[in-house]
Amino acid sequence: MGKKVVVGMSGGVDSSVAAYLLKKQGYDVIGVTMQIWQDEEQAAIEENGGCCGLSAVDDAKRVAMQLEIPHYVMNFKKEFKENVMDYFVDEYLHGRTPNPCIACNRYVKWESLLQRSLSIGADYIATGHYARINRLPNGRYAIKTSATAAKDQTYALFNLTQEQLSHTLMPVGEYTKEEIRKIAEDIGITVAHKPDSQEICFIPDHDYAAFIERETNGNVPPCGNFVTADGTVLGTHKGITHYTIGQRKGLNLAMGHPVFVTQIRPDTNEVVIGENEDVFTKELFCDHLNFMGIEDLKEKRRLLGKIRYSHKGAMAWVERIEEDLVRCTFEEPVRAVTPGQAAVFYENDYVAMGGIIRG
Amino acid sequence: MGNIIYLDNAATTKTAPEVVEAMLPYFSECYGNASSIYSLGAESKKAITRARETIADVLGTKANEIYFTAGGSESDNWALKATAEAYGTDGTDNAAGVRGHIITSKIEHHAILHTCEYLEKHGFEVTYLPVDENGLVSPKDVEEAIRDNTILISIMFANNEIGTIEPIKEIGEIAKKHHILFHTDAVQAFGQLPIRVDDLNIDMLSASGHKLNGPKGIGFLYIRTGIKIRSFVHGGQQERGRRAGTENITGIVGLEAAVKRAYRIMEEKTKKEIELRDYLINRLETEIPYCRLNGDRVKRLPNNVNFSFEFIEGESLLIKLDMEGICASSGSACTSGSLDPSHVLLAIGLPHEKAHGSLRLTLSEENTKEEIDKTVEVIKQTVEYLRSMSPLYEDFLKKQRS
Repeated sequence: MGKKVVVGMSGGVDSSVAAYLLKKQGYDVIGVTMQIWQDEEQAAIEENGGCCGLSAVDDAKRVAMQLEIPHYVMNFKKEFKENVMDYFVDEYLHGRTPNPCIACNRYVKWESLLQRSLSIGADYIATGHYARINRLPNGRYAIKTSATAAKDQTYALFNLTQEQLSHTLMPVGEYTKEEIRKIAEDIGITVAHKPDSQEICFIPDHDYAAFIERETNGNVPPCGNFVTADGTVLGTHKGITHYTIGQRKGLNLAMGHPVFVTQIRPDTNEVVIGENEDVFTKELFCDHLNFMGIEDLKEKRRLLGKIRYSHKGAMAWVERIEEDLVRCTFEEPVRAVTPGQAAVFYENDYVAMGGIIRG
Repeated sequence: MGNIIYLDNAATTKTAPEVVEAMLPYFSECYGNASSIYSLGAESKKAITRARETIADVLGTKANEIYFTAGGSESDNWALKATAEAYGTDGTDNAAGVRGHIITSKIEHHAILHTCEYLEKHGFEVTYLPVDENGLVSPKDVEEAIRDNTILISIMFANNEIGTIEPIKEIGEIAKKHHILFHTDAVQAFGQLPIRVDDLNIDMLSASGHKLNGPKGIGFLYIRTGIKIRSFVHGGQQERGRRAGTENITGIVGLEAAVKRAYRIMEEKTKKEIELRDYLINRLETEIPYCRLNGDRVKRLPNNVNFSFEFIEGESLLIKLDMEGICASSGSACTSGSLDPSHVLLAIGLPHEKAHGSLRLTLSEENTKEEIDKTVEVIKQTVEYLRSMSPLYEDFLKKQRS
């Protein structure tokens, strides 16, 4: 028998073909569907290689049966609740806009799944990402999006550790999406078409504020003032959890022209409003640093920075100013730097490092 | 399916060869509809009547009190919902609009618990009695929970996860004294333990065929004569008009054969299982540190073993056992889709992390000492290995040393 690998299976095309490819390469493949989500009644939403409700379990089991590999369901609800949902709520209560997928990847899909996979004798875990993990000349493991991938596959994975990357396989990264679909067809894997989504899987109705209210039993920041940067009160907001930086819609302010959220001040319960140009900045700071392609940041470095998943990236100088704090200066202003989101920095298409935006 | 060791007989059992043999003629020879007038149908009718008598006989009751169903869950649903309908009020007799009150326990099977939740949504109040650390319901608690509007007490005969046998006789006496109907979910007990419904004051009893080496998809509900519960499935006149649908003749014949077999071998089977069970419990307790037997040591089903191992995930243990060809479970098979900590283990006071590290092994008389020995070895190795990877265990050892 070859080395053992646990494939995280969502029942979708990508992770199914990943399992098939690894089996063909001689690995001893075990399919695992992660159960992470509290609300089982909701349909699964596939995202970047798999999130799971019960229908995902059925789909994955059927595929595993077709591939003649064992399949298990593992429960990570507790880990998900603690590391993702609670974190999500807490960040909003502090006036930030978190990216829960990043926390899910680091702490649930990798840390917990890897730990449990190793405990059942596996050597690796594998996913259906269109990405490659390579060892760079400096000896570091780093990840980059496949050249043909339509969507970014790395931003939400910036926080993976070297240990995690060294135990991870992404077999689908060698192919294009079309090739993978073709393979699925050829081997007769029937998978239900699942819509891709960038929305947050545990809030299917997208009403974040209502979710936070439920999770905290209504213990949410109260209404407060919309103010200008110099403190002029413009009106009343519904509570800071309803807003994010750069937001224009739903402010209900009759200013005669479009205005935007430029800052959220949890201490004074204020939401700061400004003009379009006020939303652009050149500088940001981030902490909770993770180094991937580079081991450290001893001197200023010019890297491509992305400040949110959908951001195409802009060149910036990154410099370390404290043990866990970097200053990033973009060459051109970027729009809506949002505390709580990740800033991910790339060098030659590989993730070099990243952190969480503080301001 | 070579060399597997099957230790999940509380989930389901192998259909015994004599059961299969008894069923076979009713597929393609005596396949007539029991309600038909011609002699082929009469053959089926005869077989059903005989089966009803066999079951009534072992329970010490009358044939017309046995109603065939599709299994334990249906029987439980019927008993609870029909009782609520027949004995509950419309709620207009009290200010709160309560239609009636039901007493059950926190460790019932979900077929009972979820039906109770359903009834709560329809105007009934339910008391879920706590259990002690061994999973025993206190008869005193039952009596104290009785209200003026209590219409039903439903307590399981024996628990499916931890094997605890409940004080059914005492609870039956209390129910009788207060003129309240008493139902018991005996899915795990029927065929394993002798049950005489009159001695125990049981008014309704649910049972299932596949837990006693019978086929799946057949069970029955015993309903004492005089209880005015109504039809559950509307349609034809089968089961005295209370449960319509063409009789599952092969299932019924199989169930009868299984009941006959179970009662014939009960004494010998029980003796053998208890011996294996206690051997297994003893080895696990003495050879693996930081573990605990769940359920009552004495008032326990002959084939049930349930352990919690500290510092490990039960899920990983089960997967490793499966890889070694050993079929076990963490609790009830009916909840394994969710893998949440068992409500039974939480009810006996286990904290979440210990409830997660639990393992249920349920034996049959066909298991051998060699199988048990192999199982113990695999569990020992796996628990040791999983603990060696557990940060919790590491912390614990550090604290022990300091």
